[in-house]
Amino acid sequence: MNALVKDPIAWTDVGAVTDIPLRGARRVPTPGGNVAIFRTGDGLVFALKDACPHKGGPLSQGIIHGHAVTCPLHAWSIDLATGEPMGADRGKGCAPVVPLEVREGRLFLGRT
Amino acid sequence: MAKERLIVVGNGMAGCRAVQEVLKRDPGRYEITILGAEPRVNYDRIMLSPVLAGEKTFADIVINDEAWYRDNAITLHAGRAVQAIDRQARIVSAEGGLEVGYDRLIMATGSDPIRLPLPGGDLQGVVTFRDLDDVEAMVAASAQTGARAVVIGGGLLGIEAAYGLVRRGMAATVVHLVDVLMERQLDASAGFLLADALAGKGVATELGAVSEEIVGVDGRVAGLKLKDGRTLPCELLVMAVGIRPNTSLAKAAGLEVGRGLIVDDQMRTSDPRISAVGECVEHRGQCYGLVAPIWEMCKALAAGLTDTAGAYEGSVLSTRLKVSGVDVFSAGKFAGGEGCEDIVFRDAGRGVYKRVVIEDGKVAGAVLFGDAADGAWYFDLMRQSAEVADIRETLIFGQTATEGLRGLDPSAAVAALADDAEVCGCNGVCKGAITGAIVAQGLSTLDEVKAVTKASASCGSCTPLVEKLLMLTLGDGFKAQTGPKPVCGCTHHGHAEARRRIVAESLKSMPAVMQALEWSTPDGCASCRPALNYYLICAWPGEYRDDKQSRFINERVHANIQKDGTYSVVPRMWGGMTNSDELRAIADVVDKFKIPSVKVTGGQRIDLLGVQKDDLPAVWADLNAAGMVSGHAYAKGLRTVKTCVGTDWCRFGTQDSTGLGVRLEKFMWGSWTPAKVKLGVSGCPRNCAEATCKDIGVICVDSGYEIHVGGAAGLHIQGTELLTKVATEEEAIWTICAVTQAYREEGWYLERIYKWMARVGLDSIRAQVEDPQVRRALYDRFAYSQRFFRIDPWAERVAGRHSDEFTPLSRRMEFEPA
Repeated sequence: MNALVKDPIAWTDVGAVTDIPLRGARRVPTPGGNVAIFRTGDGLVFALKDACPHKGGPLSQGIIHGHAVTCPLHAWSIDLATGEPMGADRGKGCAPVVPLEVREGRLFLGRT
Repeated sequence: MAKERLIVVGNGMAGCRAVQEVLKRDPGRYEITILGAEPRVNYDRIMLSPVLAGEKTFADIVINDEAWYRDNAITLHAGRAVQAIDRQARIVSAEGGLEVGYDRLIMATGSDPIRLPLPGGDLQGVVTFRDLDDVEAMVAASAQTGARAVVIGGGLLGIEAAYGLVRRGMAATVVHLVDVLMERQLDASAGFLLADALAGKGVATELGAVSEEIVGVDGRVAGLKLKDGRTLPCELLVMAVGIRPNTSLAKAAGLEVGRGLIVDDQMRTSDPRISAVGECVEHRGQCYGLVAPIWEMCKALAAGLTDTAGAYEGSVLSTRLKVSGVDVFSAGKFAGGEGCEDIVFRDAGRGVYKRVVIEDGKVAGAVLFGDAADGAWYFDLMRQSAEVADIRETLIFGQTATEGLRGLDPSAAVAALADDAEVCGCNGVCKGAITGAIVAQGLSTLDEVKAVTKASASCGSCTPLVEKLLMLTLGDGFKAQTGPKPVCGCTHHGHAEARRRIVAESLKSMPAVMQALEWSTPDGCASCRPALNYYLICAWPGEYRDDKQSRFINERVHANIQKDGTYSVVPRMWGGMTNSDELRAIADVVDKFKIPSVKVTGGQRIDLLGVQKDDLPAVWADLNAAGMVSGHAYAKGLRTVKTCVGTDWCRFGTQDSTGLGVRLEKFMWGSWTPAKVKLGVSGCPRNCAEATCKDIGVICVDSGYEIHVGGAAGLHIQGTELLTKVATEEEAIWTICAVTQAYREEGWYLERIYKWMARVGLDSIRAQVEDPQVRRALYDRFAYSQRFFRIDPWAERVAGRHSDEFTPLSRRMEFEPA
């Protein structure tokens, strides 16, 4: 039998999945800057630090397509699952992934 | 002398309101007893939807608490359903052997939810939506992980139930027998928009769906089987198909009952000692399920019981849907009818649909979707039977427009769109002429067809279609020319093909376009989505609903994003004119919101830089209050109209260039175009407004107005070319709107006017605007589109539209944990 392991992540309920429009994003301010939570056209949710690895542009303000977002400042495309730039900008840094869980339609954002 | 005994059967909204009305008129007259079947105090049943949605608690919706009963010396027997009325002895008997005598009796038994006689209707998990117990059952069901709900009934109640369940985290589907949601309150257009809006909220709809059987497993509901063979799996099934007046008690007591308990204008039943109010009643053949008429009934009833004047003469109904963010209003003859005239307004960008029905010069009904702010106003006009002939032109734009903007010309002729059979719109060539020429003259290439028929010889947007006709007619004998550049990596189709097929195949939504043109990605990319969104807006201004998620951030939030994530705000200054009030308001905004930079732009306006996103609506509210609207400095649309002072002040001025600039801007603002459009109007050839490097420029001369197009002064520098010359200001406006419309219809997304001109040729543009009929048709299409888009996006957002865009999802993580 597994020993009881204490969850090392502190989770915070930040709202309902449906508070974010499809192909949309919302911001959650934290002491370390905004976190962007994205909801894709197929209903999945992702959380990244709201800063493009290029010049810190607010990814939450970008256009969301497939499982990617295009930064509003200089149109870098960022993979929502990894936070890494796609295409020609691959390998140039990354927007850190933030722990996110969905429980019964609610979004829980992790503080590590 | 002992008081008369007044018994009320029913502790619901109608019963208690009736008592309140009696007390208001004659507080000491009756000894009052209320009997209710539900074991609680009186609450606002209408507000059960917000309780279900978790937006309110039961405590919030209690109308009269225990103190009210006590203070008014009312005896309440809650949880005691009345079982019989002995009219001879004047005694009411209730559950638990309770017997109470009466002198006057009010029946307020309300209604029962209709349960469809479907197989499986008695399974566990099948509920109706009527009282707090139902709500509690639904909330409990929604707590199960991954639970799904099916709601039968797409009326007001069913939709509110489904929305509430979705808010609780459930997946919910509304199954509706009819093709239109809320068909008793909405017409097809509004119903369609509602279904769309609900989808956005996560509520799925199955329209025209016939329920056949409720499927169960182990005595619990597991799904709803439809007549078409599909089964919608669910753990909760809500029947919200309507209500039926609860008349069983009255019937048993021998009172006259039709569909409901029949009453006269004083709310008396066939027994003069017994009155009735609320949903259980049938008055002049009408049963009511809404609260407003019930309040009116209560007044008439109380008047009768206290010997004061008052009668109920039936109600004109209005409805509002309580789904947050979905604004729906309906009243009266919303669907029109014989002898009725319709005024319809659609704002695709805002998802607004308004229809006001006029009969005999008066408002007979209205249905509003997306913006119901004027519902009360129309309802008032309707109830007052006000003559609206002299405000007819602005009526549809609402109270503010009608009362505040008198004199502004809102009306513009509506033009029918082009004939489908016409292949080449520029030269008016129909399909038969092309195929006929191919066969009769042995044509085999596009160039030959162009030369002979003139089809696709102007703008070229019908080229792919002409090629298809060649292919069709010649078979393998035709070789296509090299294909155009694709819109983006999601498709092999070019812009022209996408535009053509949107119109030709009546593709009216982004998914429809992507499906028809076989897009290779599920929802496009940041390049094609804004382009398709624009093409759809341009093709279907009255129908297509702007997709905000396909807009670049600046057009989504109506401000310009800056390098640090703040925004800049540029209010419109018509023709570059301003005044001390506007400047003072701007100065106040700068101080109030600590805006770091204020800059004068090249387009004769003022730019406020460094505004925080969350402050935008408040900044706009203050600017709006001073009469300023969005300058669209962020838009692929009409930006500035730069002017010089013209004959107003200038000793060289030949015409009123400022006045023309203001007129142009007031008519054209809010319009979307493939790329930005800047205008300039100079009062003489000295050209102080620099009109000859604008997208469209006017140079005033003694004999009239020279209209120039295709300038640019950015990345690319180019002077305009003279398009045409006209004699009057009216013609100048017609021509400029016509050329703008031609550009809107032919230009590719992000293609500036000068590039479009290079592609299609100045001659083809000139041919269109110099032909009075073509010019008129272009102008009319522009004006039609403006009906939907000449609206201040700032004011809409100040009023709360897309408010989630300007607020964080949550502030709960803003600070370090304690």
